[in-house]
Amino acid sequence: MLNLHARASALSSLDIKERRLAKVTCNPSLPTPLRSMSAFLYEGQCEEIPEGFAVNLYRNGIVPQKTSGTNNIELSADQYFLSEGDVVRINPDLKVSVIYRRNASSNALLVTEQCNSFCVMCSQPPKAHDDSYLIDDWITAIPYIDESCPELTITGGEPTILKEKFFELVNTMRAQLPTTAIHILTNARNFKDIEMARRLASINHPDLMLGIPLYSDVASIHDFVVQADGAFDETIDGIINLKRYGQRIELRVVIHASTYERMPRLAEFIARNLQFIDQVSLMGLELTGFARANLDAIWIDPADYQEQLAEAIEILVMAGMTPIIFNHQLCLLRPELRKYAVKSISDWKREYMPECEGCSEAHRDCGGFFSSAKHRYSKFITPIRIAT
Amino acid sequence: MLSRKFKDLSYFRQTEERGYRLLPLRFTALDTERYVVSNMVGEYLVLDRKVIEDLVEHRLAAGTSLYDDLKSKHFIYDEDSQAALPLLGLKYRTKLTQASYFTGLHIFVVTLRCDYSCPYCQVSRQTDDKVAFDMSQDTADRAVDMVFLSPNPSIKIEFQGGEPLLNFPLIQYIVGRAEKLNETFKRDLRFVIATNLSFLTDEVIEFCAAHGVDLSTSLDGPASLHNKNRPRPGKNGHQLVVDNIKRIQRRLGKHRVSALMTTTLESLSQVREIIDEYVSLQLNEIFLRPLSPYGFAVRTGQIDRYDTDRWLDFFKDGLSYVLELNKHGYPIREIYSTIVMKKMLTPQEPGYVDLRSPAGIAIAAIVYNYDGDVYASDEARMLAEMGEHKFRLGNLHRDSYETMLSNDDLMDAIESSITVSSPTCTDCAFLPYCGSDPVYHFATQHDVVGNKALSGYCRKNIGIFRHLITLMEEDAGARRILQRWAS
Repeated sequence: MLNLHARASALSSLDIKERRLAKVTCNPSLPTPLRSMSAFLYEGQCEEIPEGFAVNLYRNGIVPQKTSGTNNIELSADQYFLSEGDVVRINPDLKVSVIYRRNASSNALLVTEQCNSFCVMCSQPPKAHDDSYLIDDWITAIPYIDESCPELTITGGEPTILKEKFFELVNTMRAQLPTTAIHILTNARNFKDIEMARRLASINHPDLMLGIPLYSDVASIHDFVVQADGAFDETIDGIINLKRYGQRIELRVVIHASTYERMPRLAEFIARNLQFIDQVSLMGLELTGFARANLDAIWIDPADYQEQLAEAIEILVMAGMTPIIFNHQLCLLRPELRKYAVKSISDWKREYMPECEGCSEAHRDCGGFFSSAKHRYSKFITPIRIAT
Repeated sequence: MLSRKFKDLSYFRQTEERGYRLLPLRFTALDTERYVVSNMVGEYLVLDRKVIEDLVEHRLAAGTSLYDDLKSKHFIYDEDSQAALPLLGLKYRTKLTQASYFTGLHIFVVTLRCDYSCPYCQVSRQTDDKVAFDMSQDTADRAVDMVFLSPNPSIKIEFQGGEPLLNFPLIQYIVGRAEKLNETFKRDLRFVIATNLSFLTDEVIEFCAAHGVDLSTSLDGPASLHNKNRPRPGKNGHQLVVDNIKRIQRRLGKHRVSALMTTTLESLSQVREIIDEYVSLQLNEIFLRPLSPYGFAVRTGQIDRYDTDRWLDFFKDGLSYVLELNKHGYPIREIYSTIVMKKMLTPQEPGYVDLRSPAGIAIAAIVYNYDGDVYASDEARMLAEMGEHKFRLGNLHRDSYETMLSNDDLMDAIESSITVSSPTCTDCAFLPYCGSDPVYHFATQHDVVGNKALSGYCRKNIGIFRHLITLMEEDAGARRILQRWAS
């Protein structure tokens, strides 16, 4: 597991009055005008530390003969993975947050921790405090990101509650990163206002998809899962409005104790009512946040819902839709379902268990576990052995 | 237990306890105990009579999986959610969309001449008189011009007869002219020749290859049955059609040729042999069709020789054999069941001409006869051959498109063909899967709506709907196959 947030230590006097965003570079002769927005990562490439960078970062104890100037900091050991092109946020207290990793297949833009829902299994529990700096940072940081970046995910909290700032971010992304796909994770409740859908569509992004959770075909069950009365109707209205404006939509169904039984009925509901949806993702739990607090109430061993999962997948496939299974270890899925599974767990939180020893798929096609799975995982993990 | 910050499911179910309202629904007995209940867009459930009574009397308790199913499938709604209303609206619009597309199938009768003398034939002539029974180039020009007046984005031109290949030069001419016009109109344009294949030359095959023309033929079953149903001088009809199907499969590809069968009294005992004939030709589709009450079929007494119930037994037996073949690994679809399953299981409307409301006459399919007469359907042309010209819309040489398509008899028939307002149909749970056939009812009852209690159309279709729903309920293996057909 990689640590995206860690405390660094000072190697010299500091002059960091407020948080700074900086793009990591190993180039000591970076043109001076770019240095104030860059963090110089020292790896022994020069005798003297060049001047003018926002900060100078050191790791593995590699430091030059003499350090000079200010803002020299030693990274925490679990952030030694930093490399050229990454983007960091450095707080005055030396907390270093890696907000973008150039080599990651996908990066998430956490734009707010506030949310209008309160899902029983939320892995990123909402916080009520003012965190408007998050979206401001992202609007600032977009130009630091490589133009070749394949995909960025906007997530929260609920990104759309930021209204103007949300649209500003998407606009900035379209302008600065025109070939980067955007995935927006939203409960779509705010799109019940068709003007919101119209505004998003008017940005005319060439490769944008919204990932929208739908947990049940029955309003009361969905509302229970998201702990918000009326949320189902708002999400359905939002989906219809977004489609009216031709937006691409992925439905995201998290499977747990309250949702697994009606999964085939939900699949029928989607096939019958929402056939214009572009992708349906069926997802395993991530046991952090509320999912951990509510673990006993929401846990079901994936081995115990294979029948419902298989039926739901079959219904969706027959309706010509595209189902994808997220966050499931391959050995738990029936063999005929494995082709729908993708390696979805981000590399920085992906792990394997002792039972995976000797499995031909571990580290290959199997997406493994969230690091949080240490709290509980299926009793049925068994190595898959393929003769070579 | 959820941690204390969270509310239980029962909290979110409270509003459901205040009672529910019915959305538009219909129910009809499936058998002696069970009822089919369907909503306005064809989603259905099979329920016991007692449950139906509780449902309509507002006695159903919330919080049960039955309640959730009825709510999810839009039979009821309650204060907890209004989402059913916009979704039903969307689905209803989707089901009706194609009525707005207007005429898609354009049938050209390029000649009435034919080398066969089938007793069930409705229209053919055995004659050498080309002038009297062939379509002229002038008539063809006017017909092609009229085709492109239809706003439908996909247009299919079907050549019929008689035997259309007896006037192949005109087919070539029409295809060329339609392609030329389509450079301007840019429709999805397709062609099919409905032919007995007797005159399938290399020239015809190369032409079909070059212009993407499909071929549709008649195959009634094994040689003895086929040759009896479809007599031809030389008695070699079956051999000719089988050889030529194989030839097309080899030269153009398997999917470019399809076959249709017509059911006669002799067919009734041979459904498995008929289907085997299709399998041995590696065909993957069969259409178990009833005999229609027009033309020679009526005059020669064929239509009276078996009734709808006997045909239904034939159909059920055939379908069961087709399903068995699928279970044993040979993929073959029965077309009529496929159309009905699509209506039952998907939000789409397959748009089959005989199962539409409003009826498909003229606004889904239209016929240009060899002599320039325009008919509202293929059956309307057959009715005319029997002396009843009610559904002749006009003539290409005399009447304008507007005059023909606003023909009073046509307008009246279409208006009265809307099933939701037809007596009997309006209360039938199978309404979303059915349609109306004004020409059939006029031919058999001299009334475009018809008394459904006496209607063979109604009896046949309800028999099929009941049978398919029963299979879906009782035979898991059959259900999977039928679901696959619908997808």
